[in-house]
Amino acid sequence: MDRELILALSGVTCRYSGAPRDSLQGVSLEVRAGEFHAVLGPNGSGKTTLVRAALGLVRPAVGRAEIVGRPASAWSRRDLARVVGVLPQREDNLFPQRVRETVLLGRYPYLSLLGGVRAADRAAVERALVACDAADLADRWLWTLSGGEYQRIRLARALAQEPRLLVLDEPTASLDLRHEMELFELVRALVDGQGLAALMITHHVNLAARFADRVLLLAEGRPAGAGSPGDVLTRETAERVFAWPVSIAPFEGRPQMIPLRLRKEAP
Amino acid sequence: MKYVLLAVAAVATLAAAVLLGPADVPLRDVLGSPIVWQLRLPRAVLAFLVGGALGVSGVALQALVRNPLADPFLLGLSGGAGLGAVVAIAFDLPGPWALPLAAFVGAVSAMALVYRLGLIGGAELDPRILLLGGVAVGAFAAAITTAIVSLAEATELRNAFLWLWGGFSGASWTTVLVILVYAPLPLAVLAAAARPLDLLALGEEPAQYLGADVRRLKRLVYLAASLLTAAAVAVAGVIGFVGLIVPHLCRLVWGRLHRALFPTAFLVGGTLLAAADTLARTVVAPRELPVGIVTALLGVPVFAFLLRRWTVS
Repeated sequence: MDRELILALSGVTCRYSGAPRDSLQGVSLEVRAGEFHAVLGPNGSGKTTLVRAALGLVRPAVGRAEIVGRPASAWSRRDLARVVGVLPQREDNLFPQRVRETVLLGRYPYLSLLGGVRAADRAAVERALVACDAADLADRWLWTLSGGEYQRIRLARALAQEPRLLVLDEPTASLDLRHEMELFELVRALVDGQGLAALMITHHVNLAARFADRVLLLAEGRPAGAGSPGDVLTRETAERVFAWPVSIAPFEGRPQMIPLRLRKEAP
Repeated sequence: MKYVLLAVAAVATLAAAVLLGPADVPLRDVLGSPIVWQLRLPRAVLAFLVGGALGVSGVALQALVRNPLADPFLLGLSGGAGLGAVVAIAFDLPGPWALPLAAFVGAVSAMALVYRLGLIGGAELDPRILLLGGVAVGAFAAAITTAIVSLAEATELRNAFLWLWGGFSGASWTTVLVILVYAPLPLAVLAAAARPLDLLALGEEPAQYLGADVRRLKRLVYLAASLLTAAAVAVAGVIGFVGLIVPHLCRLVWGRLHRALFPTAFLVGGTLLAAADTLARTVVAPRELPVGIVTALLGVPVFAFLLRRWTVS
């Protein structure tokens, strides 16, 4: 059975006004329900632009971006927020708030203009908290959370939107090893357990290779490789894209990249 | 409980505004006194409505430019209104409505100019552009105002100067009625924007991902808050600090959600300005102070305290 196509980019090219070159050039991507995709690439390779184009914030100059068969730019923000939950890379610190109130913000696209919060909204919030293993954090103040807990709460807020696609822009930046692993495990579990589609931008090549079904490697806005981690992460490609000598070794059937030192230590 | 106290404070302030004054009205005559019905009550109600409008407008603009030190007059409105008023006074435009209308036109022109500047080059009402545009338009209007005032005669000058500091001595039931007809539309627009304004606190991009139409939201909130301020300035002059302090007081007591902030800012702003106006017309009776002086004298220490809290935390 073919899984439903949630996000489709075909030949997308984007250029910001005044920029000397295209931020994105000829990028294609198909994300289906129950698939975990990772987007890899050095700084400035167009990863965040890809997300903006996919979500209709940047209109492609060439090519198409479609979400569930409809052009991304044709969705209203409200309707789109019911289908796609996003963890943006940056957001301003919200005013003092309890965790549950923060997660409730994810219900905004379901609330009517004058109506209050309904039982269905509260139930969705509790489900999201449980799914992110954060039910015991619900009554805490936001500012008492650790970095890892905070990311789990933001993920819960995105889940409260009851989306079919999760988009995560470097969700593990500045997290320690345990919290980073927990977040990858959590996203993988949501994809497998709830049939969500996930698109994660990350700098963690090795974790992406181990958790994601498919990876898209970007270099200066162009696709340098797309497919299963084993097909994409070859030594030649990785060295070219990351501009550093590497060695690739398999681990549990997935490629792992080890950056090489330029000068060997003296014996 | 906090809401009950607020309602009690509002009623008590309005009662005090009606009972206190240079003319001694015995308590048992209050209901029949023309001084109360024709002077004090409309004046107190108008002060309450204007204070409420400034409080709500302050909440909205602080959320819009995402800067806690924003004030409804920051975006060039006071400069534009002042210019309009001075033009009306210097050229001796006839009729009782000439001055408020000229001030309104000045404020709305300044608003339109800043709004246009805020859209240049796809800036989409970028807060930084709005703030700089507001300062620039305000300075431009102030320069023209000063040029006119420097050529005017002494008595005219005094009138213009006093008007700029605000006051309710011209209050009547007609002015109250004008505000009552005018204010509900911008207030309703802001009330409808309460939830998305909560999201905007996260930033523009996160707010869009949570389903807010940020582009439309910013335009509507900017226009509604500015039109509300323009009406306030037209009937009462430039009254500073209400729109700056009231939002902060309300956030301290009622939290940051705009569904609670808008109604409480209206009540707190109204109470504060009605009280300030009562002070303005009683402390140096039978003369009176411009109410803007009272709000500044009360507001600056509160503001300094808030600044301290900010830098400490």
